[in-house]
Amino acid sequence: MKAAESAQAKKQFDLFEFLYKYGTIIMILLLIAVFGAMTDNFLTQSTIIGILRQISIVTIIAIGLTVSLAVGGFDLSVGSTASVANALVISMFVWHGLSMGLSIAVSLALCLVIGLVNAFLVIKFKIQDMLMTLATMFVFQGVALTYTRGATVSQNMIMPNGDFATGVIPKVFGSLGRAPWIIIIMLVVVLIVHLFLTYTKHGRYMYMIGGNPEAAKLSGINVKKYRLAAYLISALLAGVGGIIIAARTMNAEVNAGSSYLMEAVAAAFIGYSVLGSGKPNAFGTFVGAVLIGVLTHGLIMMSVSYYAMDIVKGGVLALALAITYYRKAH
Amino acid sequence: MSEQAVSRLEMKGISIAFPGVKALTDVNFTALTGRAHALIGANGAGKSTLMKVLAGAYGHYTGDIAIDGRDVRIRTPKDAKERGIQIVYQEVDTALIPNLTVCENIMLEKMVHDLKGKHLVNWKRLHRSAKDILQQLNVAVPTTVLVENLTLAEKQMVLIARAVSLQCRFLILDEPTAPLSHSETEALFSLVRLLKKKGVGIIFISHRLPELYEICDDITIMRDGMLVADDEIARMPQQQVVEHMLGAKLDGQFPERKPKLGEIGFEARHMRDPGKVNDVSIHIRKGEIVGLAGLVGAGKTELCRALFGASASASGEISLGGKPLRIRAPHQAVAGGLALVPEERRREGIFVEESVAFNLTAVVLSKFTRMRTWLSPAKERRASAEIIGSLGVKTPSEKALVRNLSGGNQQKIAIGKWLLADAEVYIFDEPTKGVDVGAKRDIYELVAELASRGKCILYASSEMPEMLGITDRMYVMYDGGVIKELVTAETNEEEILLYSTGGMLT
Repeated sequence: MKAAESAQAKKQFDLFEFLYKYGTIIMILLLIAVFGAMTDNFLTQSTIIGILRQISIVTIIAIGLTVSLAVGGFDLSVGSTASVANALVISMFVWHGLSMGLSIAVSLALCLVIGLVNAFLVIKFKIQDMLMTLATMFVFQGVALTYTRGATVSQNMIMPNGDFATGVIPKVFGSLGRAPWIIIIMLVVVLIVHLFLTYTKHGRYMYMIGGNPEAAKLSGINVKKYRLAAYLISALLAGVGGIIIAARTMNAEVNAGSSYLMEAVAAAFIGYSVLGSGKPNAFGTFVGAVLIGVLTHGLIMMSVSYYAMDIVKGGVLALALAITYYRKAH
Repeated sequence: MSEQAVSRLEMKGISIAFPGVKALTDVNFTALTGRAHALIGANGAGKSTLMKVLAGAYGHYTGDIAIDGRDVRIRTPKDAKERGIQIVYQEVDTALIPNLTVCENIMLEKMVHDLKGKHLVNWKRLHRSAKDILQQLNVAVPTTVLVENLTLAEKQMVLIARAVSLQCRFLILDEPTAPLSHSETEALFSLVRLLKKKGVGIIFISHRLPELYEICDDITIMRDGMLVADDEIARMPQQQVVEHMLGAKLDGQFPERKPKLGEIGFEARHMRDPGKVNDVSIHIRKGEIVGLAGLVGAGKTELCRALFGASASASGEISLGGKPLRIRAPHQAVAGGLALVPEERRREGIFVEESVAFNLTAVVLSKFTRMRTWLSPAKERRASAEIIGSLGVKTPSEKALVRNLSGGNQQKIAIGKWLLADAEVYIFDEPTKGVDVGAKRDIYELVAELASRGKCILYASSEMPEMLGITDRMYVMYDGGVIKELVTAETNEEEILLYSTGGMLT
């Protein structure tokens, strides 16, 4: 009797585990099948490339966020950091006429400073990561706005003294924002961070800190150092994301990065469950971004209103959170 | 709290069991109003359990409780409160709401129960009542202060005031003096004397013998869930109390050792951690097992953490093999050759959501890498399998999640991860806590084995038999300081316990 009960319980448990592990991937395949059946041109090469191109910026930013989640942190300022990088790299070209390499280097260096500020506040004052980075999110959003004086930075823009800006954005830079380069950059970022988190000592340390910070500390791990590293990586990748935004639009619009935050959070949390990992992981985050990309792309092709997309994305995030926390509690 | 007629509280034949453990067996306990009654026993003797039964925290006991000869039913905290039985638990913070004022905390129960149907609070009247209560108790705490700004002693006073604000014939104080300073203890004692005079019966749990003799009239001694003696405290000398607490000795389950002591391998001088550790100096020879004796709350865990750099406020000089070691954080301690098996293993020692191999290799992950970066799962697997075998960890494989192992096996994991590290100094903090007898023996053998390999061992435990069974020498801690150094072969449980309780043996 008792054995039968427990066997039954085990069976149910296994079903949930199966859906937990493979649910996201099954969902993506189902969506592709459904959209493929309902629209004429969903299963074409151009659509698939379109989706990958569309998700690359979100994925890069979400991967950075994933690293901050791995150490038990939560970097909410990634969107603002992307805005800063976007404004910086375009202004380096247009205002200062710097070369491409130098522009990118300067932008990324300043993003690392943002990471440093976040890490300092979170580690030194022991403030909850989510609250602290909520504050810095606003700060850096304001920094980007102030720096561009609230205007869109673009080639030939009118400067405050009435002249036209003379700097030129190189054509090569623009190619970073188009397929195939944008997709290649995304895949490289996913691969490197996946290898780093899963197969290196440092990644293992980060997961230890995320899993049990006290035990990690007493195991002799320099918790502060690794938390700092995680925030630097997070800011760096957000910066890369911001630069790719610039390469795609060839200008710096106000708060161009902010809109990527929520999608990045959703992708990272969907990623927890992928293949049963149960923790933030790069491959899962990529799959999460693909799910969101397929869903929105398909819905738009079925002429669902663009304005309704936030409902869908928010709903997917809520579902991902519900599944993750339900499993933790059981 | 006004009637002067003496009430008599009786607990008769109380037994209670928890899954797998019989916590109380047929305990009789009597207390009178207007007197202070000491309840004493070693750790795990069942004092707190008995008092929780009386306070209605455990409803599933067998036996009877009577007041003035009439049986009363106490199965819930509400039952107990209605009979005038109030309890102040040791963890005062769990019973207080930090972001409310002293007044609101004192009047908490009244606000919850007496405002039924009403919606507006009469603050003026509430503050006046709270002030009255505090005045009666001679406690000088303003009613408008937030509780989070109070000291621990003041918080205790607030809780006592809350208990007294309700109907209160018997007040249980569960180790109230453990976290208090000397002057705070004095203040608490004058409050207890006042309450006695007002006809409240106090039941006072403490590990500190001198205090009990100062404040109490009667004494009850418990051991292993049973009552062993009760009498007027004046007729019970300290020595006899200690003998009653100890009782029969445990069988020899400790490994035979022939210690080979080398030179001094580890030395710590003037270790301090404000409020926790008070100027402690210790040394350990190579191959020596040094015990850290003392009751719960004596500062053993705090000293272990201070030695390991795990407390930011700790200071002191540490040297290893004669060379000074700078330890400000645990990673420096590990790099220097120290290992700590912490008391709270689930929270501090292991990663429950991860595999056995992940846990075992956590400390010396660099050993299992190529180019000091890339993990080598094959190496991890081999090393884990070796540790699993040598410690007899019961796990299906090294890939199993630690969450699914039993307490004893989790403890073996917490120790095992340090074996791979090959440290010079091993600090064990209550390593056998919550571990079954078989696993205990394995752990003792492991500790002995480490010592025979010439390691320095510091073994903190509040179990007296363990101290005698496994150590070569010991430091007895009391109130954050080392009160006595004893050689194990020349001492006995009575002596250790007497020093642990702050008793004086001349």
